[in-house]
This record gives sequence, C-alpha cells and structure tokens, in this order.
Amino acid sequence: MIYSKPKFKEKYGNFINGKFVEPVGGEYFDNYSPIDNSFLAKYPRSKKEDVNNAVAAANAAKDAWEKVSPIEKARLLNKVADIIEENLEEFAVVETADNGKPIRETLNADVPLAADHWRYFAAAIRAEEGSATELDENTVSLIIKEPMGVVAQIIPWNFPLLMLSWKLPPALAAGNTVVLKPAEQTPASATLLMEKIADVFPPGVINIVHGFGPEAGKPLASHAGVDKVAFTGETTTGQLIMQYASKNINPVTMELGGKSPNIFFNSVMDADDEFLDKAIEGAVLFAFNQGEVCTCPSRLLVQEDIYDEFMKRVIDRVNAIKQGNPYDTETQMGAQASKDQFEKIMSYIKIGEEEGGKILTGGKPADVEGEFKNGYYIKPTLIEGHNKMRVFQEEIFGPVLSVTKFKDEADAIEIANDTMYGLGAGVWSRDAHQLYQIPRAIKAGRVWVNNYHAYPAHAPFGGYKKSGFGRETHLMMLDHYRQNKNMLISYDKKKLGFF
Amino acid sequence: MAFQQVAITEKAAEVVRKLKEEHGEVIFHQSGGCCDGTAPMLIEKEDMYLDDSDILLGQLEGVNYYMSEDMYDIWKYTHITVDVTEGRGSTFSLEIPLGLRFIIHSRIMTGEEAKSLGLSDNILDKK
Repeated sequence: MIYSKPKFKEKYGNFINGKFVEPVGGEYFDNYSPIDNSFLAKYPRSKKEDVNNAVAAANAAKDAWEKVSPIEKARLLNKVADIIEENLEEFAVVETADNGKPIRETLNADVPLAADHWRYFAAAIRAEEGSATELDENTVSLIIKEPMGVVAQIIPWNFPLLMLSWKLPPALAAGNTVVLKPAEQTPASATLLMEKIADVFPPGVINIVHGFGPEAGKPLASHAGVDKVAFTGETTTGQLIMQYASKNINPVTMELGGKSPNIFFNSVMDADDEFLDKAIEGAVLFAFNQGEVCTCPSRLLVQEDIYDEFMKRVIDRVNAIKQGNPYDTETQMGAQASKDQFEKIMSYIKIGEEEGGKILTGGKPADVEGEFKNGYYIKPTLIEGHNKMRVFQEEIFGPVLSVTKFKDEADAIEIANDTMYGLGAGVWSRDAHQLYQIPRAIKAGRVWVNNYHAYPAHAPFGGYKKSGFGRETHLMMLDHYRQNKNMLISYDKKKLGFF
Repeated sequence: MAFQQVAITEKAAEVVRKLKEEHGEVIFHQSGGCCDGTAPMLIEKEDMYLDDSDILLGQLEGVNYYMSEDMYDIWKYTHITVDVTEGRGSTFSLEIPLGLRFIIHSRIMTGEEAKSLGLSDNILDKK
C-alpha cells in the first residue's frame, strides 16, 4: 500500500504557555523532506527572546504542576498515549515525510513505541513509593522525591517523535515543567503532537521552541532559569552543554552515540534453523532506520571458522533489501535524513576503501527513479577490514556495516571494547556460558543477547564511556529528573546537651 | 609551504570568513558520535574549554582546528579537507543558520607527508 504525502500548513509556531505563538523576531526557516527534497513548511527560527519566554512560562507553571497528584499526572500522560494511538497513521506519515524513514518503520516501530512510553511513565509514577526509616528509637528519616523545576531537553532528528516521547514523559511524571527544542531537520511531528494535545496539560507545562542549535539550543542549554539539561546528539555539543551546565551548577544527562559491535559466535551456525535465520537478520539490522541510530550495530564481528558461510548468507540478505518509496509499505529502507548526512556517509565509504577495506556489497548511492532522484538514498554497504580502520572506529550514521573476524572469546571481547564509545552491543550464541559471560565483559550500557534493536520501556538504556551517562526508558530516569528531600525528624523531647 | 594536516576549500573558506566577521574569534572542533558527529563544529573560541587533551591540527583562515586526543589517535594519518554543503545540522555549529553544514573530505597521508609531521611513515600498519 502506498500512503499519500501529508499536507502541511504554510507555517507553524512555537508552543509556549499553552498556545501556538509566532517567533518574536518573526523569522522562519524552511523544512524540506529528504525523500525528494520537496518543501514541507516553515517553522520558527527562534532566538534568545523566544527561549526566555518559554523558560519564563515553564517557571511560572512549575509550582502548580508539582502539586498535581500522581493520579492526575498519570491520567494526562495516558491521554497523550491515547491520542497518539488514535492518530497513528497521521503521525507515521508525517514522520516519514520529515525524516525519510520508511512508513513500515513509523507505523510499526516509531509511533507505537512512542505511545507506549507515555503509558509506561504514567504507570511508573502511580506505582512509586518513598521511604521512611527509623534510624533510632526517636529519629525518623523520610525521603521525599521532589522535581528539579524546569527541564531543558534537546533532541535529535533520527527518531523525532520517539526521542520526544523518551524525554517528555519522565520529566513531566517527575513533576517538572519542560522546554524542549526539536532538531531543526525534523520539527514536524513535535508540532503535530502539540496541536493534538494543546489542551491536555496546564499552560506552561510543556513548551516547544523550534530553531537552530546556535541560536535557540545554546540559549536554552545555558539558561540560568533552567534546572536540568538533557541532550542526545554528538560529543562536541554534549561537551559544550556540560560546560554551560557547570556555570549554573545544573545536572545533565547525555546520550552521545556509539559504534556498537554485533558479535556472532560459531555456535550460531550449529543448525540451519529459525534461530540462524534470526541471527542473519540480526546482522542485517545495521540497515534499520538507514543506519541512523545511535546504537546502529555498525561493526560486525564474526568468528573466523563460520565467517565465509555466515557472510555469504548476510550478503544475500543485504542484497535483498527493498529500497524505494518511503511511503510504500513494502519499502524496507528509505532516504538518509539530509544532504550533509548523505555526503558524510559517501565520504566514509571512500575512506574505507582508501584504508584498504574491501567493499563486499553496495558502496554507492542507490538508483532511484522519478521524483526520488532529488532525495538522499544510499545502497546498504558492507566493508571488510580490521578494527583499527576509521570505518570501524567512527560513527558513520548510515547504512554501512564494517565487517571483521575474530579468533576466540578473548579476541571478540578485545575488539568489541576497542572503541571510545560504549552504547550498544549484540552477542549471538547458542552456548549457555557465552550468553552471560561475554555480555558481562563488554563495556556498553545495552547489550542485546540473541536479539537487537529492541527498545521496550522498562529496560534501561544509556551509555558507558564517551557515549554518555544517564539511563532512559526505565523508571530510573525519574530519578535523573528529581532531587531528594530528606526530612530528618526527631521525636526526642530531650535536648542534645551542647548548649 | 609546510604540509599541514588540515586544508579548506575556497567555498568553505568564504563561509569561515563571513562567520569570523559576525562572531569574532572562532575555532573548529571536530566532533564524534551520534547524529551530526564526525563533522567539524565551528564555535566561538570563548565557548569551549580547551586543554592539553585537545590536539591542534593546524590553522584554516586563521582559525585553529582542534580534535580530542582519543580521536586524534585514529585520525593522525588522515589528511582532512574542510568543505561546505547545504544541509541542517542540529548542533551548535555557527554555519547552521545559513542552511549550510561543514563536512570533511579525507584521505590517508602519504609516507612523506606523515614523516614531515614527525609521524612514522608506516601508515597502513595500524594493526
């Protein structure tokens, strides 16, 4: 089935203090679809003044929002989930238009996962308990969790609605008000969401400010009226945000990407069964979302004694990937998100070859017809080499898989950990010992065992090393958005005896 | 002219000159990681805390080009040419409001070039 392109208004506003408003300076930027480089709509090119207004609105709303009961908070979060589900196709088509990913993914992954996330935190906040401890006969210690106040969130363009849904619900559930800046490449789904949920929350609780990083993102991250900053993106901006936060003595959480190894041990090929079929798919998952995932399994590590057979199957499966019209439900791989991403990926393929890598398949832009010729399509690519090559060490953020072999368990672990990042990893084996001991040795926050690319709520997600810190998609995220109030109460009528 | 690890295209140089005029002293810092990583960020010099762990690769249009040392370890044999293309990053890099994005073209250095920088000329022997 082929979905039609969504219709957009000519221009959209920021959502501040419960309504859509024009940017103070009256400037807009044009948003394009990477599917065919067609114009979609204009969005606010916000500056400092717009950010100030949003932060002020969030500050004015925070005291009342803090006092809203968990019952009511949960009801509102669930309402958002209902609204997303009721409008599933509309959200999916808009997300595909804005990001370029296939409708098959937005319908089945992005939008349903987003809705579920709002529900998860609605449940988590209802099920919370604090603590009361008798430290001695007369002394009781109560721990009450309180919000931080105003949270600033800056999200990337690879899963616009989903990243927003990972960030907003825990911050809101924990009692904070929020100012969120969507990525300038993908402002559409955040805006659509606010149109549909404009009346759900009290004014000032959620504020959305569109704009460019240096003009809107920077003032937001460094604003003295903000109590916490959460960021997903790349390392230099992450570093800058940590610096600004240090001036305000604000806590931060960061998710900065990875170069995740996907490791296949020889027992995987012990039988030619469903599980082997699953393992082959697991290796090919580098192509999911056109490789534009922080946890893209972009390094394939295959045990040397099964290498030839396994790679033959993987190459066949890669060559069968259906690339084409992202609005067609049969399409498996769509467009890269922008021209500069396209250029970056192509230049990595070139460098991979220059460094002595062998292209096993792909390695070129995809042949597309008609209106798609103006879009950004790359063939899924496999480069064979070794772990010290740049294509094995750097995040390409495209459908490029770097492939190498390993000797034994120790070799696999060494290669897997030889990276400055530590976000995701995959371990595939039929051996019961390896299934625990290998993941245990890998320095990454999320190790998928006999699967990959699953992001269920209630499994914590985050990085080690230069991939950042903080854990999302789990109730522990609530604590990243709160501070502990300790009430230390004495029931002793007698004085201390000091004075 | 002595060999430098970084170079810039005229198109990109023009953008740098324009941004220098607008923002004053700026630096290039190469980023890594998710989404818009592995691209040079052009930021105000004052903005970034730099120390010994940031390696200075050279100067382009009078602008210092830095890279963090763990990245340098992998990049030390790569010659980098900064170019510019249309696009949208979502980082704090200063050319973004212009609808442009700095990108890198790279190639492996020759043995001669590596030696002139004081590196070993055995460049492909990274294993």
